[in-house]
Amino acid sequence: MEIDPFIFRLSIFILSIFVGYYVVWSVTPSLHTPLMSVTNAISSVIIVGAIIAALSGSSETIFETSNIFGFLAIILAAVNIFGGFLVTQRMLQMYKKKKK
Amino acid sequence: MSANLSALFYLISGILFILALRGLSSPETSRQGNYFGIAGMIISIIVTFLSIENFGPGFIYVLLFLLIGGSIGAFIAFKIPMTAMPELVAGFHSLVGLAAVFVAISAFLKPEVFSLGTVGNIKLASLIEMSIGAAIGAITFSGSIIAFLKLRGIMSGAPITFKGQHFINLILGFTIIFLIYYLCISQSSNIFWSVVIISFLIGVLLIIPIGGADMPVVISMLNSYSGWAAAGIGFTLENTALIITGALVGSSGAILSYIMCKGMNRSFFNVILGGWGATDQASSSEGKEQKPVKNGNADDAAFLMKNASSVIIVPGYGMAVAQAQHALREMVDALKKNGVKVSYAIHPVAGRMPGHMNVLLAEANVPYDEVFELEEINNDFANCDVAYVIGANDVTNPVAKSDPQSPIYGMPVLDVEKSKSVLFVKRSLSPGYAGIDNDLFYRDNTLMLFSDAKKMTEEIVKSL
Repeated sequence: MEIDPFIFRLSIFILSIFVGYYVVWSVTPSLHTPLMSVTNAISSVIIVGAIIAALSGSSETIFETSNIFGFLAIILAAVNIFGGFLVTQRMLQMYKKKKK
Repeated sequence: MSANLSALFYLISGILFILALRGLSSPETSRQGNYFGIAGMIISIIVTFLSIENFGPGFIYVLLFLLIGGSIGAFIAFKIPMTAMPELVAGFHSLVGLAAVFVAISAFLKPEVFSLGTVGNIKLASLIEMSIGAAIGAITFSGSIIAFLKLRGIMSGAPITFKGQHFINLILGFTIIFLIYYLCISQSSNIFWSVVIISFLIGVLLIIPIGGADMPVVISMLNSYSGWAAAGIGFTLENTALIITGALVGSSGAILSYIMCKGMNRSFFNVILGGWGATDQASSSEGKEQKPVKNGNADDAAFLMKNASSVIIVPGYGMAVAQAQHALREMVDALKKNGVKVSYAIHPVAGRMPGHMNVLLAEANVPYDEVFELEEINNDFANCDVAYVIGANDVTNPVAKSDPQSPIYGMPVLDVEKSKSVLFVKRSLSPGYAGIDNDLFYRDNTLMLFSDAKKMTEEIVKSL
């Protein structure tokens, strides 16, 4: 009997939860704010879906409702991607060790 | 690009995202981690373009919108003051939530694009996945907007409660489950829209009863939700990068919520169900107002600290409000010149989001190896000459250790009372967020400095 591809995706999902669990516990508490901003940035990989939605159809149908929702989602996700990574970078630059 | 090849690239993106989080285990590796994250994102986006292979006019529009959004994001990232970080993160969460809703809507309107079937005949599993993604996304969006408004001070931070609130939330929750079930049978677009709208409503209702000081839990929880929403969409689109990221972000937010709840010794449900102490405790503190308090000024404080051999600084949300972190650093520099050993003690729930105090201190150029977490430093108070409490209150209250009747009993607190003397910068004797009196104010070794945190610290710097 063949295994439904959904099961494979579910396996990836569950394993990733475990990976996330162990990785996040090892994050030092002083970096919890950058952790939130970087998770924010990476969850905007949802832009992949937005691009597919926006680019569906030919050039005549480019501004159909579903495409427009795709374009809107691209803007939102792009704000998040650039904003999230850059603000994380800005924060991380500030963490300095004692000058010896 | 073939579907198999792009799937492999999405897997690589997912791994890079894992490494991005892994980097945050220490400040030295964190910057490199962030680059891994950026690389993962670039790979995902390029692979998506290559697999669609549509470089017509639509492609130009995509790039244009990417650029518009990107410039807005970059502008915000460079302009935002560090004190506004909690509301920024809440705002970003709302965008992820809304993007998830939009992608789900788009998939519902044109399922054939994502090979999920055709309009009115969408695959059952996809329909469930996309409606769950849309529902969680919508809750994340409206919940984060409320959190943003509360943190920004546009909306009062006080809990808004009304009778039957939890009952209504429960009913709405069940309604969503029922509607999704009904959607699967009917494939009706009206039902889909109803799911989205009711979810927006739940998001609002879920966050309004939660008070300002519980925001660390709320932000972490919304962080978690944004992850689950992304994962839901990831299942719909059969995209590994999204599934991995969603799981990572979801568990990250959940762990942070757990850490924050533990920092307050409260259960998750206790926080979510809203309103803490504020009402039932107000009456019991009335009888205590006559107790004598030792009142000091900046010169007294400067004298005490100058002659100390070690000082521990306990910052709280008040420091963030007064923007006192830079003045504080100047004070510490002056103390160090006098040969005083200074360290900082951070309570897990100090501030309005996880790690809030650490970022503010880092902004003021405080080296991170002088900043300690509660467990690391709590034993040092016994050997310390002066504890300088600036803008913190409930997290220092010894009542949490002694009085089982107190609402904060059992909450881990910083043992400031064990140090030889305590300097407590506060505007008045009013109780903190938990609504309980702080026993520390009336101790013999406590000197109250009634003033604004920043003003007082600046005055101390002058007299040092």
